[in-house]
Amino acid sequence: MKIIVTVKQVPDTSGKVAVNPDGTLDRASMQTIINPDDMNAVEAALSLKDELGCKVIAFTMGPPPAEGMLRELMAMGVDEGVLITAREFGGSDTYATSQIIAAAIDTYGVEPDDIILAGRQAIDGDTAQVGPQIAEKLHLPQITYAGEITKNGNEITVKRILEDGYMTIKVQTPCMITCIKELNNPRYMSVGGVFECYQKPLVTMTYETLKDHPLIDKSTIGLAGSPTNILTSFTPPQKGAGMMLEGAGKETTDKLAGILAAKHII
Amino acid sequence: MDFHLTKEQLLVRKMYREFAENEVKPLAAEIDEEERFPMETVEKMAKLGMMGIYFPKEYGGAGGDVLSYAMCVEELAKVCGTTAVVVSAHTSLCAAPIFENGTEEQKMKYLPDLCAGRKIGAFGLTEPGAGTDAQGQQTTAVLDESGENYILNGSKCFITNGNVASTFVIIAVTGKTVDKRGRSMKEISAFIVESTDPGFSQGKHEKKMGIRGSSTCDLIFEDCVIPKDRLLGKKGDGFKIAMKTLDGGRIGIASQALGLGEGAVEEAIKYTKERVQFGKRISQFQNTQFQLADMHTRMQAAQFLVYSAAMKKQNHEPYSMDAAMAKLFAAEAASDVTRRAVQLFGGYGYTREYPVERMMRDAKITEIYEGTSEVQRMVIASNLGVK
Repeated sequence: MKIIVTVKQVPDTSGKVAVNPDGTLDRASMQTIINPDDMNAVEAALSLKDELGCKVIAFTMGPPPAEGMLRELMAMGVDEGVLITAREFGGSDTYATSQIIAAAIDTYGVEPDDIILAGRQAIDGDTAQVGPQIAEKLHLPQITYAGEITKNGNEITVKRILEDGYMTIKVQTPCMITCIKELNNPRYMSVGGVFECYQKPLVTMTYETLKDHPLIDKSTIGLAGSPTNILTSFTPPQKGAGMMLEGAGKETTDKLAGILAAKHII
Repeated sequence: MDFHLTKEQLLVRKMYREFAENEVKPLAAEIDEEERFPMETVEKMAKLGMMGIYFPKEYGGAGGDVLSYAMCVEELAKVCGTTAVVVSAHTSLCAAPIFENGTEEQKMKYLPDLCAGRKIGAFGLTEPGAGTDAQGQQTTAVLDESGENYILNGSKCFITNGNVASTFVIIAVTGKTVDKRGRSMKEISAFIVESTDPGFSQGKHEKKMGIRGSSTCDLIFEDCVIPKDRLLGKKGDGFKIAMKTLDGGRIGIASQALGLGEGAVEEAIKYTKERVQFGKRISQFQNTQFQLADMHTRMQAAQFLVYSAAMKKQNHEPYSMDAAMAKLFAAEAASDVTRRAVQLFGGYGYTREYPVERMMRDAKITEIYEGTSEVQRMVIASNLGVK
């Protein structure tokens, strides 16, 4: 049994967001972090590893500096990293990205008792599409929005947290589960983990590695293989400062009504 | 000199920063106010390998290096001086002398528990009558009639981690000897003492000006019996072991001072960019800018001295003078910089609403413990051959 976790390096949105003239994100000029939901997926994988002793492999697609993120995950306890990187993969939207990552995971190999975990969605695109698309392309069952995961043999029970309630679903391995922040609190790197992480195996998969896989075709990867067209990207204008009215009495509601009336809202 | 940190050092510093920000900073004011030892933080640090950073994995350590340890104390001290000294005293004053002077049996017996944080360590040298004059030891250790046990009598004071530790490195007089010039001297030896040893007890918590969450107390030995295999190093090596231990300890305290100063600079930059007086942010005034420029420069200079001493220790080069210079400079810089930070905050800086008054109180001790600034000057002068 092994657990594959897919992770993404995303811009740190607490800093400044920069946009290229062509509308795509200027990733080079921004600080990056590990996508927060992906950290929950990693923690879920490491908790299962603590319990069952299985191997955890992190997959990411991105430019070569994404190795730094994989090393951080190894310092937390991930056993191995797979970096999928090639010029041909640049500019991929969720369709093309999932095509490539699915091909990489398939090339690495999925066994009957394996689990694939992903974050619910990335904070840069907020699509929540890549995890489910990878599952579809690998013909695996998928459960999204996992807030609790328990494993009993090859049967996994997942509590899906939805806006208006929850849903408990059982699934057989191999399967894909996407994780939300309510699932757990990601651990820190450990000092011992940091001093081991650069000795752990890192596999690089390039276009050459994956080009003969049935999912990989010039028309299904990169900018050319992406059906999504970005018309424009921009930093949203800052909202004006809000106003807080405190108190539960009539005085406060009168004040609120007065302000709304003055602005011709009511 | 190579001023570049390795990939591992950069990554581990990131981890310390995240940990300090999320786990240590929120408790700093509370443990100071309540004079409470942050045991919950020690438990978390233990899990992450922060209680045995530079010891080899075979002894349960994290397999890191001395600079990574110094950076840990620095990052903790940026937000909490108390938490920083817990790690420093435990690592430099207890685990280090056992690692450097212990037999294989002693190392295997004590280091795994210390490195995993299952036990906290402390060091007992200072006595009511033997502070800077460490030769003035009164605590004695005498072999009993069976020749199997040492009997310790006496007391130690101002022992950092004293009330929470269960493993102690204790310095005591074991007899008389003659120095190179034929003068009669006390023979001093080092021992490992456990808190469960009969005749050992811990005194009351010392109330302090700063690092108020750290445990400081007396250690009392009343016919305290320990097996003779607890002798650390050779009989008569105690003074040498103590001085070498303090050399290493000074890197820890210098790192604590460094972090305190840097933390105060960070707080002052943040505050002066927000505080408005005379219609301007006070960061727009040249006095503020010049103060902060000087403060940052002093701490940066301190950092180079501290890191250089840590790297020399790591590389097994002589570092006694480097550690003394690092501690002297970093401690005085920290006291000066934290005091200036309070001044930049004005009245708010004097209140406990902001952390700089705590940092100023915490910084003062770094000029005193593990050798006062005056002792550091003596060490430096002696290394210069100035007699």
